Amino acid sequence: MSRLVIDIAHMLAGSLVLISFMMLYQDRLFALINIFALHAVVLTLSVTWQAYIQHAPHLYVTAAIALVFKAIIIPVALHRIIQRLGIHRDIETAVGIGLTMLAGMALVALSIVLMLRVTSDADPIAREDLAFALSVILLGLLVMVTRRNAVSQVIGFMSLENGLVLAATGAKGMPLVVEISVAFSILIAFIVVGVFLFRIRERFDTVDVAALDEYRGERQ
Amino acid sequence: MTQTMVILMSGIVGFLAVAALAIALGRSGAATRIVYGASSGISLVLLAVVVARIVNGSPAISFMTLPLGLPWIGAHFRLDALATFFLIVVNLGGAGASLYGLGYGQHETAPHRVLPFYPAFLAGMNLVVLADDAFTFLLSWEFMSLMSWALVMTHHREQNNRRAGYVYLVMASFGTLALLLAFGLLSGADGHYSFEAIRAGVHAPPVAAFVLALMLLGAGSKAGIVPLHVWLPLAHPAAPSHVSALMSGVMTKVAVYGFIRVIFDLLGDPAWWASVIVLLLGGTTAVLGVLYALMQHDLKRLLAYHTVENIGIIFIGLGLALAFNANGMSVAAALALTAALFHVLNHSLFKSLLFFGAGAVLSATGERDMDKLGGLIHRMPYTSFAFLVGCVAISALPPLNGFVSEWLTFQAVLQSPELPQWSLKIIVPAVGGLLALSAALAAACFVKAFGITFLGRPRTPAAQHAQDVDPFSLAAMFTFAALCFAAGVLPGFVIDGLSPVTLSLLAERMPVQANAAWLSIVPIAESRSSYSGLLVFVFIALAASLAAYFIHRFASRALRRGPAWGCGFAEATPMAQYTAGSFAQPIRHVFATLIFCAREEVDMPAPGETRPARFIAYLRDTIWDGLYAPVAVAVSYVADRLNVLQFLTIRRYLSLVFLALVTLLLVLTIWS
Amino acid sequence: MITDFIVQGTQMLLVLLLAPLLTGFIRKVKARLLRHRGASVLQPYRDLARLMRKEVVLAENASWLFRITPYLIFAATWVATALIPTFATGLLYSSTADLIAIVALLGSARFFLALAGMDIGTSFGGIGSSREVLIASLAEPAMLLVVFTLALTAGSTQLSTIATFMASPEVGLRVSLGMALGALIIVAIAENARIPVDNPATHLELTMVHEAMVLEYSGRHLAMIEFAASLKLLLYTSLIACIFVPWGLAVAGAGPAAYVVGTITYIAKLATAGVLLAFFETATAKMRVFRVPDFLGASLMLGLLGTLLLFVSRSL
Repeated sequence: MSRLVIDIAHMLAGSLVLISFMMLYQDRLFALINIFALHAVVLTLSVTWQAYIQHAPHLYVTAAIALVFKAIIIPVALHRIIQRLGIHRDIETAVGIGLTMLAGMALVALSIVLMLRVTSDADPIAREDLAFALSVILLGLLVMVTRRNAVSQVIGFMSLENGLVLAATGAKGMPLVVEISVAFSILIAFIVVGVFLFRIRERFDTVDVAALDEYRGERQ
Repeated sequence: MTQTMVILMSGIVGFLAVAALAIALGRSGAATRIVYGASSGISLVLLAVVVARIVNGSPAISFMTLPLGLPWIGAHFRLDALATFFLIVVNLGGAGASLYGLGYGQHETAPHRVLPFYPAFLAGMNLVVLADDAFTFLLSWEFMSLMSWALVMTHHREQNNRRAGYVYLVMASFGTLALLLAFGLLSGADGHYSFEAIRAGVHAPPVAAFVLALMLLGAGSKAGIVPLHVWLPLAHPAAPSHVSALMSGVMTKVAVYGFIRVIFDLLGDPAWWASVIVLLLGGTTAVLGVLYALMQHDLKRLLAYHTVENIGIIFIGLGLALAFNANGMSVAAALALTAALFHVLNHSLFKSLLFFGAGAVLSATGERDMDKLGGLIHRMPYTSFAFLVGCVAISALPPLNGFVSEWLTFQAVLQSPELPQWSLKIIVPAVGGLLALSAALAAACFVKAFGITFLGRPRTPAAQHAQDVDPFSLAAMFTFAALCFAAGVLPGFVIDGLSPVTLSLLAERMPVQANAAWLSIVPIAESRSSYSGLLVFVFIALAASLAAYFIHRFASRALRRGPAWGCGFAEATPMAQYTAGSFAQPIRHVFATLIFCAREEVDMPAPGETRPARFIAYLRDTIWDGLYAPVAVAVSYVADRLNVLQFLTIRRYLSLVFLALVTLLLVLTIWS
Repeated sequence: MITDFIVQGTQMLLVLLLAPLLTGFIRKVKARLLRHRGASVLQPYRDLARLMRKEVVLAENASWLFRITPYLIFAATWVATALIPTFATGLLYSSTADLIAIVALLGSARFFLALAGMDIGTSFGGIGSSREVLIASLAEPAMLLVVFTLALTAGSTQLSTIATFMASPEVGLRVSLGMALGALIIVAIAENARIPVDNPATHLELTMVHEAMVLEYSGRHLAMIEFAASLKLLLYTSLIACIFVPWGLAVAGAGPAAYVVGTITYIAKLATAGVLLAFFETATAKMRVFRVPDFLGASLMLGLLGTLLLFVSRSL
């Protein structure tokens, strides 16, 4: 495997981590959805490259699914949802941006060190891709934890999903059947979440989770 | 017992004699001049003797044993490469402070409270560096602390100074306790107190771990590592300015000497995880120290907190040296140790210079608060120039000396990817980032210090009518400024001078710098990186002169004075200028909101109300509130409970004595 | 030896001549993007000449520091810019100062500029200085971490060595270098007082950072400071060009033909960078002041991540 090939794979995986960082940095919902679309596009490129170097044609289908669903359909739909709901376009982060980025930094350091230690005798491309994939997963979780808005938490969940796909393509051998079922479960999850959001909005006039907590009696 | 040793010991005796003479002279007018003159003379002699030792190559180690102290131990003294270097630092600082004191001491209102203790303080510091057994070391350490405490309590009528003295005494006792335990562990069950025996002994890893922790507590609290730094910003400003310079610039370095002596020399080869602790402490200390300094508006407190930052930088260098040493990378270890020691020298130079400047400002205006000063560059031109040199040096800007030690530390950080341990692989880049952050914040801090104090317009009549200070103070300041400049453009000589120290501790040295072209310094190899302070200075000077010449030939030379731009308003009062708090506000908003719980409250009157607007900034010292206040509460709780022991009957006391005796006999029975 | 000296001298003169041209070019492109005709590309030269002929108006309480600062800033910036390889690497004095020293030289210039801002004692200078040190306190560590990343990749902090290494085929496409590039671009925008951090063409004091510090300067002093600002922009552009687009750089001693090729490619790189910067500035709006620390914090994180990646894995 020539240097350039490995480097491009790492470059794409690293860009995915970078875009996850950019998601932490955003404070507007509109921009967050666009960054998520970019996230999905880079995931597509990464999966396509893996398909090319692993000579695994079924991964091309995975890439196509990622492109169509996650880069086009879901962002467009989310844009329409937030237009409909008229959600205030500012995201209130629970913790300041500087502290969030420091936490993100620490998580990336943790995941890289952990993965590189644990997989010390595996194939070099896979090791570093797994390290980046774990970083993307943890950063997706961080997005979910530090946002107050339900839509942005959904986006965090989706980016976590992207990290899982990256990990699965990095370690060779992910069958198409699994991917189709994964895609369907995403679709269903999306529909459920969408319905949920509309219902929440109808009932409580807001999708801010703090208001939900108040209703449940958790917070006074 | 060589001549050098004899001269050094007689110098110390000389200091003590001058102290006795000061007591005898009492309150007479000539006492100040005699005492400071004699101190500076003795310091210069000692300095010359140790510098001659370095210049003559690396002679053998000198020893001396005196029949003082405990009868079966005696007092051992030793002069080796490490002691030589620290003696230079101590006596250079002492000579400068004494020279400064010749002028500054005239303004002292209670000279009889300063003069007896000052030479004794210098003697104590010299003794600590020369001590070669645990007893002498601890005795000299306590003597040094006690003398500096007496100097801190000079103006004891002020409540703040009394509190500062109290906190200092408590922290110093705590430090000595830690050191006592450390030396106890090192000496082992047989009680071999001399350093020779300790060096030869074998120390089990758990013992070594304890000794490291105790040394960090003991020497670290005297040096000023976070969270043991709390006494520093109280005590250093309370003392007279030349004593503050000695405490900040020299005494903290004596504490660093203690740490190096025990960890690098006596303990043998410390484990690699020791470096993790030292690096983390160093990095946190550096950033917290400078953030604390940025929040201050008292000039001397700012300088004292900034000392904390520089101690952090020194400990980062020491931590890197420990890490490299434990992994067998001796050349990199020598680089890191040289960087740390170079910073020791640099800091003693520029911090003393800055404290001298602050003392000059204090004696000229009577104010330490920056918000009451301003415009002093017009009234005190020489002082402001020397202070500016100090500010540029401490902000690590080329071509002065602060940059050289920072550069060497960064080069040491760049050697560290070779380190195999994973925790080091994460911590070292983070610490490198913290070091860079603290350097940038230090520059911000000194723009604030110089800008608010010396530039702008005077904010009070005291600042408006200031006069420049006497020639002795100026001479001391300019000497140190010149030394800062010399160390910056000729760093190769300093590095070569430090090589005996690294050779003795790590058996390795940096490449010989005298061979490099253009007096550059080369950390590892010419091809990797080099820096020439002299050339940078020459280029800047040439470029500036060329620009000045070109301007004078071709540009208009017309110049006219006019009022400053006021945006259409009439001349604003000097109180409309930026204050210390307002200058630091952006940084406070970004960094201190989390660390110091910084909050701001603005109270604007409604239109028509005549009351003034108010701006209140809240800051909490989280370390004091989180660590010291609970400990103080716990201690007073326990003390209250134990108070009942004061009021027992005779029978109860007798039974306590009886119980203690029985317990000791039981212990003896079971153990033997 | 003499030819080396001449070549080094030529580089020092070249940067001096090209700096106002770069500034003028960027202004022209921005004007064209906004559908104006824009001033001529040579206008900055005329501006400098005009300022030199004007009388200096000094505030009544300006000190000697205020008067010598323009020369110090100009000298420090010129020396730093002249040490960056423009058309050739490995010149005579290139081992004088490595990348860390160049960053610190710029820090010196900024230190004195901030002091000059405080000198007059009005609130405008204070605003400029306090904001400038805030930006510097984040931009300088980010820059140093970028330097670390580059030094760890190339094995040296000397710029010539780094540039030669980056031009060689061993370097490959590395994630850490990509991050270093991102961080360096953000730092360059912040240090040169460009949109979105600061507006170089504003006249509103409350939106100024760099302009507020030099508000009181006039005449020949202002000429030196403007010249220094152009030099700084040229410095950062040359830095990005020689590290990340190093092809075309001649090696020292390669002969005049290689130097000419190097110069032509250098001017082409400057022009491209100028066009990209103009596009970026026209497309973005200035951030509010307390959003800038987040922006620079992002570049600090990028630099730290790049360094960390190199510590944990040599191939990243």
